[in-house]
Amino acid sequence: MNVDSIKNGIVIDHITAGKGMQIYNLLGLDSLECSVALIKNAPSRKMGKKDIIKIDADIKVNTDIIGYVDPDITVNIIVDGKTVDKKTIELPERLTNVLTCKNPRCISATEQELPHIFTLADKESRVYRCLYCEAKA
Amino acid sequence: MRSLIDILELSTKELDRLLATADDIIENPEKYAHKCAGKKLATLFFEPSTRTRLSFEAAMYELGGMCLGFSEAQSSSAAKGESIADTAKTVSCYADIIAMRHPKEGAPLVASMNASVPVINAGDGGHNHPTQTLADLLTIHREKGHFDNLTVGLCGDLKFGRTVHSLISALSRYKNINFVFISPSELKIPDYVKESLRKSGIPFTETTDLEAVISTLDILYMTRVQRERFFNEEDYLRLKDSYILTPEKLETAKADLSILHPLPRVNEISVAIDNDPRACYFKQVLYGKYMRMALILMLLEVE
Repeated sequence: MNVDSIKNGIVIDHITAGKGMQIYNLLGLDSLECSVALIKNAPSRKMGKKDIIKIDADIKVNTDIIGYVDPDITVNIIVDGKTVDKKTIELPERLTNVLTCKNPRCISATEQELPHIFTLADKESRVYRCLYCEAKA
Repeated sequence: MRSLIDILELSTKELDRLLATADDIIENPEKYAHKCAGKKLATLFFEPSTRTRLSFEAAMYELGGMCLGFSEAQSSSAAKGESIADTAKTVSCYADIIAMRHPKEGAPLVASMNASVPVINAGDGGHNHPTQTLADLLTIHREKGHFDNLTVGLCGDLKFGRTVHSLISALSRYKNINFVFISPSELKIPDYVKESLRKSGIPFTETTDLEAVISTLDILYMTRVQRERFFNEEDYLRLKDSYILTPEKLETAKADLSILHPLPRVNEISVAIDNDPRACYFKQVLYGKYMRMALILMLLEVE
């Protein structure tokens, strides 16, 4: 299957196969006016299969969201058809308004204006905890 | 400016300093009688409490300061839907320091992020209660003289008991501490607490049988099964009488055991034990006031 190369934009590559749609939704890509391609199960030498997202516009993507879902992803910035920057993503230390605390006793459950903040509690097991009540994400 | 939301925000060095100040207050109360003259403490209690609120207020009065505040959410603007952030900003205009209790976990943290004066967490739901832990630590310090090489039994509601979690965190930083968790299976210590103990290499055992382990303990920390932490009344009624400490159960305990309880007690410690020299829970209440005095002085940076 072929999807045209993009001229100026972003390629989110090396997404674990099956997680592409989750990233697409979390980044809110459905609201973009430009062309967006979500390629599922693309063959990969390194991973066997992978998902790829191509965005045909120079937008800012929230790398914290990407890092949370799949820290092995790479983000390529394309200018004039060439890759000018290749970012490897790290597990973010802090996530703001990406996750919602499920603890009904948490203050974030009742205070409407409060941002939902999670912090990385254990890098090894990728555990995030709510900043306010410390409940596991 | 600094607040106290979680006991672990205090280093062991700072804890030592607070304990030393509390010791000095006990020895020389007159030296501290005017330290906070002209300062005001706001006690914002969105949940009922006798001990903690009165302890904070007594602490401030004994330092020569003044108190203002409310003791239930219905008598505050929270009843009109005011946010914690707005309440904290408003009260910062009236008081030099805030003590807040709230049924929602994390509310005092939100207050501290918005207040322009120090905020002390006076209990947030089942989450943290650092000044109770300060009271517990001063009690152990005064009774035992050290925090290391102790076998500490925690009994009752270990799932929702916020004082239990804070005390475990605080004691975990000392050498050769051994924990014994005694609870019904429904109220067991949460996995994340056990995970953290395992990671730090701190030994612990879990049991449902208090009598089987009581002879090994240096400290026995009793807790109440709290009605307000249950969504379901039936579960509360089934579990509330799980552990009742009686003189008979104490027969095999060490002569120098210290029995602590954050109070209020319902029936989990028989009143027959109150006169036993091992019962420390009313001394613990008094020590709580001294530690709150020491904490207020520290956060207000009063020398």
